[in-house]
Amino acid sequence: MQTKVDSPAAQLPQMVDARNPGMELDLDWVMSAQANTSAIERRCATLPGRRSVKKDHQAAWLLRAITCIDLTTLAGDDTEGRVRRLCAKAKQPVRADLLDALGVEGITTGAVCVYHEMVPAAVQALEGTGIPVAAVSTGFPAGLSPFHLRVAEIGESVAAGAEEIDIVISRRHVLSGNWQALYDEMREFRAACGEAHVKAILATGELGTLRNVARASLVCMMAGADFIKTSTGKESVNATLPVSLVMIRAIRDYYERTGFRIGYKPAGGISKAKDSLVYLSLMKEELGDRWLQPDLFRFGASSLLGDIERQLEHHVTGAYSAGWRHAAG
Amino acid sequence: MTVKEIFETMDYGTAPESAGDALAWLVDQGDRFGHFINGDWTEVGETFESRNPATGEVLAHVTQGTPADVDAAVAAARKAQPKWAKLGGHGRARVLYALARLVQKHSRLLAVLETMDNGKPIREARDIDVPLVARHFYYHAGLAQLMETEAPGMEPVGVCGQVIPWNFPLLMLAWKIAPAIAAGNTVVLKPAEYTSLTALCFADICRQAGVPKGVVNIVTGDGRVGEAIVAHEDIDKVAFTGSTEVGRKIREATAGQGKSLTLELGGKGPYIVFDDADLDSAIEGLVDAIWFNQGQVCCAGSRLLVQEGVAERFHDKLRARMDKLRMGNPLDKSIDVGAVVDPVQLETIKGLVEGSGGEVYRAACDVPEGCFYPPTLITGLAPADRLMQEEIFGPVLVSCTFRTPDEAVQLANNTRYGLAASVWTENLNLALGLAPKLVAGVVWVNGTNMFDAAAGFGGVRESGFGREGGWEGLSAYLKPHAKTKSLATIAAHTGKSDPVEDVLDRTAKMYIGGKQARPDSGYSRGVFSPQGKLIGHVGSGSRKDIRNAVEAAQGAKGWSGTTGHLRAQILYYIAENLEARAAEFADRINAMTGSKQGKAEVAASVSRLFTYGAWADKYAGDLRSVPIRGMALAVREPVGVIGALCPDDVPLLGLISVMAPAIAMGNRVVLAPSAPFPLAATDFYQVLETSDVPGGVVNIVTGAHKDLAGTMAAHLDIDAVWSFSSTDLSQEIEKKSAGNLKRTWVNNGRTRDWMGAEGEGRAFLDQATEVKTVWVPYGE
Repeated sequence: MQTKVDSPAAQLPQMVDARNPGMELDLDWVMSAQANTSAIERRCATLPGRRSVKKDHQAAWLLRAITCIDLTTLAGDDTEGRVRRLCAKAKQPVRADLLDALGVEGITTGAVCVYHEMVPAAVQALEGTGIPVAAVSTGFPAGLSPFHLRVAEIGESVAAGAEEIDIVISRRHVLSGNWQALYDEMREFRAACGEAHVKAILATGELGTLRNVARASLVCMMAGADFIKTSTGKESVNATLPVSLVMIRAIRDYYERTGFRIGYKPAGGISKAKDSLVYLSLMKEELGDRWLQPDLFRFGASSLLGDIERQLEHHVTGAYSAGWRHAAG
Repeated sequence: MTVKEIFETMDYGTAPESAGDALAWLVDQGDRFGHFINGDWTEVGETFESRNPATGEVLAHVTQGTPADVDAAVAAARKAQPKWAKLGGHGRARVLYALARLVQKHSRLLAVLETMDNGKPIREARDIDVPLVARHFYYHAGLAQLMETEAPGMEPVGVCGQVIPWNFPLLMLAWKIAPAIAAGNTVVLKPAEYTSLTALCFADICRQAGVPKGVVNIVTGDGRVGEAIVAHEDIDKVAFTGSTEVGRKIREATAGQGKSLTLELGGKGPYIVFDDADLDSAIEGLVDAIWFNQGQVCCAGSRLLVQEGVAERFHDKLRARMDKLRMGNPLDKSIDVGAVVDPVQLETIKGLVEGSGGEVYRAACDVPEGCFYPPTLITGLAPADRLMQEEIFGPVLVSCTFRTPDEAVQLANNTRYGLAASVWTENLNLALGLAPKLVAGVVWVNGTNMFDAAAGFGGVRESGFGREGGWEGLSAYLKPHAKTKSLATIAAHTGKSDPVEDVLDRTAKMYIGGKQARPDSGYSRGVFSPQGKLIGHVGSGSRKDIRNAVEAAQGAKGWSGTTGHLRAQILYYIAENLEARAAEFADRINAMTGSKQGKAEVAASVSRLFTYGAWADKYAGDLRSVPIRGMALAVREPVGVIGALCPDDVPLLGLISVMAPAIAMGNRVVLAPSAPFPLAATDFYQVLETSDVPGGVVNIVTGAHKDLAGTMAAHLDIDAVWSFSSTDLSQEIEKKSAGNLKRTWVNNGRTRDWMGAEGEGRAFLDQATEVKTVWVPYGE
């Protein structure tokens, strides 16, 4: 079943499907979530060997991966100039001659993801492109600034033109099993986002267990998250296949029970074109083709695009490529 | 499709593995194969076609073996065997190591050839079958290296005849050949007629590895060749993997021939899912359980048992997962389910499913034309339905619900088979509590179809006997180095049944369920001294006494769950009570046999009881080094109820030599004591009664062995029969054991030195236990 998505703001879930309104916290459901680590790791270890995408299919899949990238810069030395360069890359992520050779046009990344202070520059640079600006928020990455300031930060970013807000949850609520607190916090963040769509960063590398990842995923979706996202990119362990499998299975459960589709964003550590293919096949296998669209799937990545560009040139020319042949971001 | 179109559809497309090198290898061999005998290829004889089941194309022409071919192969193996054994552990280890290396070197060729010949997805052949083959040769190179120091007093069995199935052609070859040649045997192996090609490629590899001529011989052909191998009088051991039906015939055909036999047969593996399991992972496990190799797997998790509360949700999830499976060209790297091995097998599967009740769900995936059958789930079945009991050997899962852990066990064990079982729960107490209760040779906790050379694999009940992998697998290819003689039948002494003066009549009864019981026949006979003097009476046991004794033994199941410490205490207590009456027993033995060995025999009996009291808490099994994060426990479990014909020559020591290891390991026994000299056994009842042995654990039925052996061997609720009788009943016992494929351990009419080292030890403990491999992956 394929839902064709071609509205101007195709990357935003609320533009296509009804937005997840959330639901009452269902603790029975949350506590019944299980995650058997060994079995999950086995599934992830064999998946790359079970699905192989080659030749034209590989090129098409890599293009699709590009459209799902939240092209990201989250560094202390970001400047407006740096962000403008990144936005230019987001608008034209692949060399025009390569796109011509592939017979494809109009490829952009899914969004540009920056800190709050960079939002205006990004919004200005992307004006008229339909590419949304995502702002990390709520005291990113640790989420330990005063709560009222975290909520206020969301409002500031939305006011500055961010259409997507990547919030970080309070890991301590998960680690202490205080699901109600996590739910309430997420509820408030969601409310503060207004029309902007909200991605809940679980910081899975700091949650201790896959079971916690499953439970935190459910709580955030119940509290109205539009997307759930693995990591800030700042934890020592970021997106992994096992964590992804747990989160997307939670998304599947939520969809089966409520009918609302939640998006998924693995972030951090995905830098190879081949990895992006594995992630896409994981989404396709576990959730279905509908989740291969940028409104429901994003990569949080900064260097992935470069590797994909090289692979695409290799596909077109048959010769292995070099990084300097592709425009910097 | 253009890139732009694919960008929209996000289809996988095809990713075919090249068949080029494998086809080139076949062409190099002329597309026609003789047998591999004595290190060389024979002339191509009358041939049959080997086809690719996915396409129907003929891959090669393979020679149909003849009895003369089998003779030649066995002769070559016989000639090569002494020298191969003499090469020593290290010498053989070097050859096995070379085989492992060469399998890895030719891994892609072997994988592609296997997929073309068998129809299994290339991913499985490449990522599972061939790596396991290499692993098996590596592991057994190690066993060969260590054998001399770690298995002292053992020697190779001789020439092994091995017949293997078509579902894992090369892997089953490795499971057969590696332990056999590691132990110093030579082999004659017949691959399945559908799938001979990788075996022939392996023959080529043997030449490259420097396997000496005649050590590995491969004869191709259909079941007639298998029959010729099995029946061949110069074969010392038969190892078979295949259907229970054929396994039963082999058991009957080899009865009384003195051949060692291992059988790895069918299964209907339970796959138990509790409501606290990680359901998504359990479903992914099912994909590997029943849709692995098109379900053509003897240990497939083919019988889903799911707890009622989650059954509906689980089935819904499962159906959705099934729809995602991809069927098609087995050489495509993105295929989950390939071709069924042969149109004949396809028809069998169709026939079984057509006749089924329940709700049949077929996966919504595209099913290619030809020899393909879609993944299928049948829900709503009950144990009484045929498909809950019969092995389908195809991609068809049947399902039934349960309410409690006890009910799960009951349903899981409600089968003639006992090969493998899976348990899914996040509760360690539940999983590890269930594992010992499941009647199976392998239990996977939160997993399925895990294999490794270090972990034994094999079944109980009608799934066969013997293990492949681990030291226990090697032991099936070894025998004790012992000099035996032909055992003469010992007849009872005769005399006149004059009443014994001044002695109150004592007619010994049977000992059943902890009570003395009169023989059902109502007959007894006199027992006489060598001089013809009447020294007592003994009941003449019959089939009904055996029936009663087995019922009592089955009723004493609790014994198998007692601790080793408790069993040790009871064995020591028996010894203590026996010794207190040592003089009386010695006199009795001397009176019956006319020897002066009574005292020595009682002393040896006390010592033997101490031996098994010692072993009772020291033979529980061990941990295996398998390549997972987790444990593989090789648990030594009791066999169950053992029927034994005790040695005739040593009336007390013989009984104790058989009883003590059996009960030490938690078995219950039905013993037929020395037939000519039964009174030591009947006197022994009182020792048992005063030693806290629970009723039903030891049951004793006196009488002529020939009258009891057949009933024991045919009894479907006895798990093993041992015979050390001086009456040669080996053939009858082995033949009748085919009914439930119980384990047998018979003397083949040869002596055993009961007073010496042969009379006790690990051989007895091994026979008294089954190795159950429990896989417990862990980690949070």
